[in-house]
Amino acid sequence: MSTETPILSIKNIEVLYSRVISALHGVSIEVQKGEIVSLLGANGSGKTTTCKAVSRLLEAERGEVSKGTIEYNGVDISAMSPYDMVKTGVVQVLEGRHIFGHLTVEENLLTGSFIRNADSASVKRDLDYVYSRFNRIKDRRKNLGGLCSGGEQQMVAMGRAMMAKPNLILLDEPSMGLAPQLIEEIFEIVKTLNEEDGVSFLVSEQNANIALKYAKTGYIIENGRVVLKGSAKELSESDSVKDMYMGGGAEDVSFSDVKYYHRRKPCMV
Amino acid sequence: MWEGLPFFLEVLVGGLLSGVMYSLVAIGFVLIYKSSGVFNFAQGTMLLFAALTFVSMTERQVNFWVAFSITLVMMVIMGIIIERTVMRPLANQSLLSLFMATVGLNYFLEGLAQGVWDSAVHGVDLGISNDPIFLIEKFPILGLDIIISQFDIAAALIAGSMILGLTLFFQYTRTGLSLRAVSDDHMAAMAVGIPLSRIWAIVWAVTGVICLIAGLLWGDRVSVSFTLTAAVLKGLPVILIGGLTSIPGAIVGGLIIGASEKLGEIYLAEIFGGQGIEHWWAYTTALIFLMIRPTGIFGEKEIERV
Amino acid sequence: MYYREAGRLVKSFAADRRMLPLMEDRFVTTLFVVVVMYGLVTWLASDYIFSAILIPMMVLGVATLGLNIATGYTGQLSLGTAGFMCFGAFAAFNLIFRLDWMYIPLAFFLAGLIAGLMGIIFGLPALRIKGFYLIVSTLAAQFFAEWVFNAYPWFLNYTSSGVVNLPPFHYKVFPFQELTPLNDAFWHSSRGRYLITLTITIALIVACKNMVRSSTGRNWMAVRDMDIAANVIGISVAKTKLMAFFVSTFYCGVAGAMYSYCYIGNLDFMIFNLRRSFLVMFMVIVGGLGSILGSFLGAIFVYGWPILVTRLGDAIFGGGTLDTAFVENNSKIVVGTIIIVLLIREPGGFAALWNTSKQKLRVWPFSK
Ligand SMILES: Nc1ncnc2c1ncn2[C@@H]1O[C@H](COP(=O)(O)OP(=O)(O)OP(=O)(O)O)[C@@H](O)[C@H]1O
Ligand SMILES: [Mg+2]
Repeated sequence: MSTETPILSIKNIEVLYSRVISALHGVSIEVQKGEIVSLLGANGSGKTTTCKAVSRLLEAERGEVSKGTIEYNGVDISAMSPYDMVKTGVVQVLEGRHIFGHLTVEENLLTGSFIRNADSASVKRDLDYVYSRFNRIKDRRKNLGGLCSGGEQQMVAMGRAMMAKPNLILLDEPSMGLAPQLIEEIFEIVKTLNEEDGVSFLVSEQNANIALKYAKTGYIIENGRVVLKGSAKELSESDSVKDMYMGGGAEDVSFSDVKYYHRRKPCMV
Repeated sequence: MWEGLPFFLEVLVGGLLSGVMYSLVAIGFVLIYKSSGVFNFAQGTMLLFAALTFVSMTERQVNFWVAFSITLVMMVIMGIIIERTVMRPLANQSLLSLFMATVGLNYFLEGLAQGVWDSAVHGVDLGISNDPIFLIEKFPILGLDIIISQFDIAAALIAGSMILGLTLFFQYTRTGLSLRAVSDDHMAAMAVGIPLSRIWAIVWAVTGVICLIAGLLWGDRVSVSFTLTAAVLKGLPVILIGGLTSIPGAIVGGLIIGASEKLGEIYLAEIFGGQGIEHWWAYTTALIFLMIRPTGIFGEKEIERV
Repeated sequence: MYYREAGRLVKSFAADRRMLPLMEDRFVTTLFVVVVMYGLVTWLASDYIFSAILIPMMVLGVATLGLNIATGYTGQLSLGTAGFMCFGAFAAFNLIFRLDWMYIPLAFFLAGLIAGLMGIIFGLPALRIKGFYLIVSTLAAQFFAEWVFNAYPWFLNYTSSGVVNLPPFHYKVFPFQELTPLNDAFWHSSRGRYLITLTITIALIVACKNMVRSSTGRNWMAVRDMDIAANVIGISVAKTKLMAFFVSTFYCGVAGAMYSYCYIGNLDFMIFNLRRSFLVMFMVIVGGLGSILGSFLGAIFVYGWPILVTRLGDAIFGGGTLDTAFVENNSKIVVGTIIIVLLIREPGGFAALWNTSKQKLRVWPFSK
């Protein structure tokens, strides 16, 4: 492990919904400053739940972190509200975009800036900056958010998050329902934001190919547990990952055989 | 020309003017419903509480504006307290329990208002003249020989400017934008750091202010007594016609109910051979509208899936 | 508490489907009903206990049960309870008054059917309108009832005061009753009214219990929990909702008839106002949504609280010190607070509190 405190460190958390449904049992993840980390897993494996545990949005869904701790820059966040999290610089971009359909694109972006109580001049500057990063939505600024295409909505959602000037963005399934070209474009923007603006990213994805291409490290999560961790390079060369998430390395493998990494213990506890 | 026309118009205009007040009450409902999905049944009693407080002070020789300001501050504080103690612990509960909570709150406030003040009938005088206006004298060009109550016009003007102010506030300010964001998507609003409870507190406070204005206008027209709580029963069909989530809907719904109530009272009462049909008539009108459009005229259609 | 289900084998389906599976429960319940309710209470209680406490609590309990069927079991909000009670009361009066041979049990049953029919009519919009919007329809029923009996004095036999007195000869319970000591004077007395109310209440409780534990009740609850899903598994949502409205308003109608004939002893449409609808709704919330026991607990508490306060006041400060306005405001504040606190802490109401405390008592003092 590195000597510098990681920007985000999730230590062996468990999450319960409605006090009984256990969604996560033993998830540990670290994100270093300025890093892109990807979180891979199938449907229902607990990616969204992990992100919401960090952004503290779990409570609104009657979920709670019942064990383990989450630290942001070395500070425990268990007592923080979603508002506090955004204020200190952690913003989640929700799965399925969730942009405000009855607000215009520009109003959508503006809602992201409220948290900083900024004066109108600096808000104006930030708007221009977001438009420069997300070229596509510039012409659509007066359109209603609900009428934008899926790709544009994803950009609005990310731009809205950027308006809060975050240090860490939790990006939940940005590729959902998008064409391969657009996915590439979105990840290029993520890369720019990461390299030029120094924003760290925790990206949850099902599309392992693309996620591992842009990330530095990756985690694989299954049934609420981290089952594999490694650098992006290691993971993309690992057979099991290839078989499960990248459309196959070796031919004709039966599914009961490929899940051999299940036998391994969760890697870090 | 139909000889009954001037009289018909007189009734219609009277109905529309009183409809503006219904719209004002209805907007209070819509604001709270939009932002938190709560149908605030306690609004009628909040109205009574405000009017009673104000009257009890002016009757003790407190200056009009002093009494007004004190009541205003009190209603704002009351809204915030309600949000803190009742609505916040119940966030994310089912619509039914939220509604029932406001019904319980209504009962509580009823007891409190009458316990602190009294249950006598009081008069309010806002100093607005009650004389009728003969339209033919003032505006001969229109050629209409109808009578309109001056008070109705003043009340409609006050209520109307209040509605206009609220609409502008929610369209153009930061708070307004946050409120619209919250009503669009709670989760997303939280994700960008809009503090839901602060928005709710603001909305409840604004509703408190609306209750004060509506309570005074209504109190001047009929008198301040327990019957004021019926305001909630007037507002209900209005927002159901307009759709629970729409401010324009509340305005249009108010006008429809106001007009149909007065017209029904005059023209339908003969057919049914009995007075006092306005109570169930408003609800039947609402029912007819709902049968055609189950979520009101401007209501958003809910997407349902298993 | 002193006996358990554990280790008891049921050997037949019939035994498994019993309403009270435990022998001890059956014994205690029967003993309570026969010896206490029909025996001791009937024998010993005073007029005051009958007509100011027991009868109204049972009557309101039945109305609460009726509303609970629509709201608690089927999830359809209704604010027209008192209106439906009004239909029931007027139906019973007109049947008995206009048909010489009419008997009270039959009249109450028919009154229930008539109220149930009104329930179906005003429930029809529920097929198209959903959730919250439905309260318009039930409020329309409420206001319509208040208006129609005011506007058409025929229903009141043109009584100018608007309040009809119900004379003893209306109280025919079984044929040739004049030849027995149980004649109309007896049924008109508070003891007789108590017996009528008790018998009808028990019959309605048993009927309700059987409905909610059979497919009828399961359909109601399925529609309440998610009507689209219920539809997908083959439940006719329309039929289920209308059935619930019918049964619910049947109960309200019977309660209304009992309210007039057994409780206040006259017929007055002013009593069945919106406030009474709300009071019944409070009883449902306080007692517990979807619980038969809760319906009666709620009725007992909400109706009994002001009486308790008055009596306590009399006992502490001497007779008649607390004025009615104080008692009324006090009970509004208390009931309102209890509703809010229950919704936040224990949405299941008193019935849930009762069940948890029963569970706790079983293991006390060895565990908490
Ligand atoms: N609000 C909730 N209440 C109860 N259980 C929930 C809730 N939200 C999620 N779950 C459960 O938690 C588990 C993890 O869900 P989660 O949404 O985190 O998965 P995911 O990895 O994001 O899946 P996907 O790729 O489909 O988005 C699932 O089994 C899900 O059913
Ligand atoms: Mg997900």
